[in-house]
Amino acid sequence: MSTGLEPVDGDLEGSEADLASLIGDRALERDDHVNAPGFVIRPDDVQDVLFDLRDRAGFDYLSCVTAQQYEDRYESIYHLKKYDDPTQEVSVVVPTSTDNPVSQTAEPVYRAADWAERENFDLVGIDYEGHPDPRRILLPETWQGHPLSLDYNQEKPQMVTLAEHANPLKGDTKDTETDTMFLNIGPHHPATHGVLHVKAVLDGETVVDVDPDIGYLHRCEEQMCQQGTYRHQIMPYPDRWDYVSAGLLNEWAYARAVEDLADIEVPEYAQVIRTLGAELCRIAAHMLALGTFCLDVFGDFNAVFQYAFRDREVVQDILEDLTGQRLMFNYFRLGGVAWDLPEPREDFFEKTRDFLDGLPRKISEYEDLVVTNEIFQIRCVDTGILKPEVAKSYGATGPTARGSGIDMDLRRDDPYGYYENLDWDVITEDGMDNYSRVLVRMGEVEESAKIIEQCIDLLEDWPEDDREIQSNVPRTLKPDADTEVYRGVEAAKGELGIYIRSDGTDKPGRFKIRSPCFHNLSTLPVMTQGEYIADLIASLGSLDIVLGEVDR
Amino acid sequence: MSNEPTQQIYDSTAPSTEDRDARMGQGVDARMNSKLREAFGASPFILTKFDQFMNWVRGSSMFMLQFGIACCSIEMIHSYAIKHDMDRFGAGVPRASPRQADVIIVPGTIVSKFGPRMKRVYDQMPEPKFVVGMGSCTISGGPFQEGYNVVKGAEEIIPVDIHVPGCPPRPEALIYGVAKLQERIANGESSPVVVKPYELEQFGDLPQDELVQKLADQIDEDDLVMRYNWSDSP
Ligand code: SF4
Repeated sequence: MSTGLEPVDGDLEGSEADLASLIGDRALERDDHVNAPGFVIRPDDVQDVLFDLRDRAGFDYLSCVTAQQYEDRYESIYHLKKYDDPTQEVSVVVPTSTDNPVSQTAEPVYRAADWAERENFDLVGIDYEGHPDPRRILLPETWQGHPLSLDYNQEKPQMVTLAEHANPLKGDTKDTETDTMFLNIGPHHPATHGVLHVKAVLDGETVVDVDPDIGYLHRCEEQMCQQGTYRHQIMPYPDRWDYVSAGLLNEWAYARAVEDLADIEVPEYAQVIRTLGAELCRIAAHMLALGTFCLDVFGDFNAVFQYAFRDREVVQDILEDLTGQRLMFNYFRLGGVAWDLPEPREDFFEKTRDFLDGLPRKISEYEDLVVTNEIFQIRCVDTGILKPEVAKSYGATGPTARGSGIDMDLRRDDPYGYYENLDWDVITEDGMDNYSRVLVRMGEVEESAKIIEQCIDLLEDWPEDDREIQSNVPRTLKPDADTEVYRGVEAAKGELGIYIRSDGTDKPGRFKIRSPCFHNLSTLPVMTQGEYIADLIASLGSLDIVLGEVDR
Repeated sequence: MSNEPTQQIYDSTAPSTEDRDARMGQGVDARMNSKLREAFGASPFILTKFDQFMNWVRGSSMFMLQFGIACCSIEMIHSYAIKHDMDRFGAGVPRASPRQADVIIVPGTIVSKFGPRMKRVYDQMPEPKFVVGMGSCTISGGPFQEGYNVVKGAEEIIPVDIHVPGCPPRPEALIYGVAKLQERIANGESSPVVVKPYELEQFGDLPQDELVQKLADQIDEDDLVMRYNWSDSP
């Protein structure tokens, strides 16, 4: 099993011609996507080609693995990017036959493929040959059929087990030979931030093995989006992926993907409003991360938690003024936003400015309570180490990656919205531990405040006759058949990407969500093996996962 | 209102004003005097039915289960936290263990894998127990109703006393729902019994249909299973 620690030494530039010559005649044909060149390869060349792309062309980031079934074949698509420059992308398309959907696993090349391929097996039904752990991941082990394959019958009865391994007082949970103990954490447990189930094997207080068991909130988001029409029916769902008030960030992911797919322009004024709203969401989401993390490391409903929620309430109030809802905003539209800022505009600006003015004081309060707190430091410094090479191999993004010194932020590196024209910094920390991840989030709150401030300035001076909030989008949107796009945005937890294939109708043929939490969570075993069980809880908290997004 | 007890109370306790005066403390003891003490007079008793008293107690001090499932749980936490502060209504002590809780708020979408777990958590709560369903998902599956993996409402698995609609309901709405529950409890209503199509059963006891046969070598006879008949559910 590869650890992904092999040095990356690129001897090639990422230009298309270079890639074509690198892959050579292993490429059966080209299948270009809107966002990237695509090469079709044979199912038994997967590792070969991906190793070359990683080691010789520098594609060190497996962003997403999409699987889908066509009438005549199955297809896996590996969306590759570079951490240094995420605008350089390439898609590797691997078709397999309908009767025998077996394709070579990419797990030895990128650890990120481990969970991603398990998910594809689970939902679509492609077998990955050589995969080290070919189990279902989202659906229960006993599930019959693969729900996103074409011939799946949703009416079929299903059975779900509840195995009795839960009583820690019984001798049978103690393995007599090795003297280790099996411990179930979750799915109903306050420290798992939702319905995550962690199966841990302990030796004394040391964690020997961790197996995160997910899928307790698998709400068929992809199916829901495939059933909705582009124009209006899909937009409400992104709010419910990362639901800790990060709604607008998620909506942007969808909006960006479809706007690229169908070539829709977004007026500049709307972009500024989007940026403003998205950054408010980021603050709210990071506040929740901070509050619940402190809950994990300090104990019961404590002061920091209440302070964080106090600040969230303020942000939610502002967002409610803007969008009309506290949590599920449904505010973005393809080609813009739903409506203009609330009238009277001055009140809105004043309220937001009030919040921004109060923020530095609050942040210094958090610094006293959290960052400089000795107990907090003991719990967090040097625990939950995530080395940058490992993080890259697992496809970690967002604050989790930036806490390990990986300087990637799609807002800057693959710009969208109005971010390019604003003045702000990407926060990174080199500590690689739980502490750094907290610092990154706190730093990002300040940067977001800077962005919001600039947006407000812009909006205040925006000429009244030029406030176009939505461009002209056809009522029924039908992108050309077989156009494929994969686009990511920097959501609160990292790169939230969406792959859409259009099939000529007003609904997507395939809608795939690349969730940052899903990949961030897959690093948990590396972070915690050999550490104390208490650090496992802290590490889990510092990853800041949202189960709605992990399971989708 | 005047500071004096009403005439009625004086009248009803009239014969024993001496005792009452004797009960009222003097000097430093005056701080212990209260209107209640004064009103009780010589007979410091309240006559009520024990049931009624217990119901009042139950309604006024509810321990909620700390149970977060999906998006609605964020609004649930907001209801507990600063600003909304459900504790004002005697219902804001979230307990992490179901064995210490009286009320379970079900805040979110229930999917097939989580169904048996929720049933187990519910079964672990001591009687009498009450359920508040929060959000559209617990009513019908909400926005995910058509999903292949989504249970069409909490009521399919456990009985629900109060439904709070919304996606998500605002904290005010949840607090209103909880207050209504308290009112019902104080009035002595207990959980309704509903038909629960999904039960936990022992795998070995199931009738040998196609699905059971297929799973026979994967599942232990003694394992508990929940069977989902998707076509029967609404
Ligand atoms: S009702 Fe809405 S907000 Fe609540 S859990 Fe369901 S989808 Fe989420």
